[in-house]
Amino acid sequence: MFEKHGVPVLAGATATTPQQAREAAEAIGPKSGGVTVVKAQVKTGGRGKAGGVKVAKSADEAQQHAQAILGMDIKGHTVGTVMIAQGARIAEEYYFSVLLDRANRSYLAMCSKEGGMEIEQLAVERPEALARIAVDPNTGIDAAKAAEIVEAAGFDAETGAKIAPVLEKLWEVYRDEDATLVEVNPLVKTEDGDIVALDGKVTLDANADFRHPDHEALEDKAAADPLEAAAKEKGLNYVKLDGSVGIIGNGAGLVMSTLDVVAYAGEEFAGSPKPANFLDIGGGASAEVMANGLHIILGDAQVKSVFVNVFGGITSCDAVANGIVGALNALGDEATKPLVVRLDGNNVEEGRRILAEANHPLVTIEETMDGAARKAAELASAATN
Amino acid sequence: MAIFLDENSKVIVQGMTGSEGMKHTQRMLASGTSIVGGVNPRKAGTTVEFDGGTTVPVFGTVAEAMKETGANVSVIFVPPAFAKSAVVEAIDAAIPLAVVITEGIAVKDSAEFYAYSRTKGTTRIVGPNCPGLISPGKSNAGIIPANIAGAGRIGLVSKSGTLTYQMMYELREFGFSSAVGIGGDPIIGTTHIDCLEAFEKDPETDAIVMIGEIGGDAEERAAAYIKEHVTKPVVGYVAGFTAPEGKTMGHAGAIVSGSAGTAAAKQEALEAAGVKVGKTPSATADLMREIMRSLKG
Repeated sequence: MFEKHGVPVLAGATATTPQQAREAAEAIGPKSGGVTVVKAQVKTGGRGKAGGVKVAKSADEAQQHAQAILGMDIKGHTVGTVMIAQGARIAEEYYFSVLLDRANRSYLAMCSKEGGMEIEQLAVERPEALARIAVDPNTGIDAAKAAEIVEAAGFDAETGAKIAPVLEKLWEVYRDEDATLVEVNPLVKTEDGDIVALDGKVTLDANADFRHPDHEALEDKAAADPLEAAAKEKGLNYVKLDGSVGIIGNGAGLVMSTLDVVAYAGEEFAGSPKPANFLDIGGGASAEVMANGLHIILGDAQVKSVFVNVFGGITSCDAVANGIVGALNALGDEATKPLVVRLDGNNVEEGRRILAEANHPLVTIEETMDGAARKAAELASAATN
Repeated sequence: MAIFLDENSKVIVQGMTGSEGMKHTQRMLASGTSIVGGVNPRKAGTTVEFDGGTTVPVFGTVAEAMKETGANVSVIFVPPAFAKSAVVEAIDAAIPLAVVITEGIAVKDSAEFYAYSRTKGTTRIVGPNCPGLISPGKSNAGIIPANIAGAGRIGLVSKSGTLTYQMMYELREFGFSSAVGIGGDPIIGTTHIDCLEAFEKDPETDAIVMIGEIGGDAEERAAAYIKEHVTKPVVGYVAGFTAPEGKTMGHAGAIVSGSAGTAAAKQEALEAAGVKVGKTPSATADLMREIMRSLKG
């Protein structure tokens, strides 16, 4: 992503065979006087100590190092891939980030001559070493703003003049990729005086995915919780937690509040049952959405009871009640856990009447949110203890 | 009086001819709101009939609608990809109040239109990703159901739509001067503080309920403001005590990052400012009930 926007980075390529490593070194080496670094690609620290990082002065040497490193065992990880990176001698390390500033409803650039360490630590220990400059969303980091930032960070004129254009490029990453954070730590000056983004972090705004079809490929789907992934596919707003009371509600604020109320109520019962998830089914609460939601929640083996908490604002409670009944019918034998339902608001009497009439053996109707939370916690506790 | 919205509000709807726009324009009309026009450049010059016999003209631009009707409020239902240009158009027309209901707007777009509104200085933005605001019995700009509670002397400001409805329902025996849903996005046009300031000045508001949630530090800033500037009683509620770190809870802005943005920190700040904070929405309503009864007595 940095390369695409012209941010200077060290060239690198991965290789799984010594021959590939040689070819990569032949391509990359000339950029740094023939010197490359061959690094083992393993998800563990201490690879340098283990002999997994070697400097190569020629493509021949890169091939030899790759030969030695590939197949090496580093702390139980077998090396299957090496990175051939351009060599660089680091003279100095700096810090730069641009991010969303919620408090000021704007953007903020942060820059320091002291890079490499955790920025939170720097901000606490030496706040004077971290320049913080407001960035207007509509004008961004232009040449003047970049000059202001490097000056505030205390760079000398020569270094500042080299860094400023890199900051403009990093702003382009932030703006053009719809980021909410672009951080480079460290931003380095090499012994040759070049400025290079050595390591970086970018946070992207999911609301802007519609103009970035390429961002989907960046998502680490394997890392997501399987229930969260299944919910996302159904267009449901679901977050897996580790308790035993499944939660369905409408509206993010009400659902967050429901989690809290269940956790408080759970303190009264054996095993202190806690919420199993966050699930906001939004305003509509149709039978289909309700069934999808219940399906996800009942797929969580930890769930012992379910609390459906709906305030009929725009949707009327009779539609919600019909949704619940329809969902339970659709789920059939899959619905095995007790359901505590609290409906309030628009046309609540009719909603409660529909539920009472359906008389589903799994459903308990409660009149208040606090009472329903207590009931759901009690049921989860009884099923566990 | 009420805040931001009253019986003199003349409302236009950007995106009125879409399905959400149609549905909610009908509801706003039914609750007595003066809807004077819709905006859609492709349907300019046409009219839309609503149940109850109201005919609403469609204009090509916000500026034209304002010129023809004297509109002073725009409610925006335009889909996320086009919302920014709709808001910018409203700002360019210098409409005093733009209520952005649309959910899912890219934060860059919100940052840009908010910064632009600040440069121009003539348009207050409420939202985005909000239910809008209601001054019961006077006007309703957005999607808050008008039948939950009537007019009264409590002011309500909330990041959450359904918690707004829940709290209005709990306190329907007293009613509201105005209820404002400011939205749960990371960047919003009108903050808790803006509403607290307006409620403090509003002679028709006796007490204020403030509902917050995890993420950002708006509640902490509001607490500091209350301590310095608000003399009317304020009751608070914060949602999200059990939210895990690093997970977005429905609202784009509802996320605890490291130790920042927790519900506990917000509650602590509010209590330090003398605000009574309820443990649940019902307990919060009870606190407000006590206050309203003592004010009466």
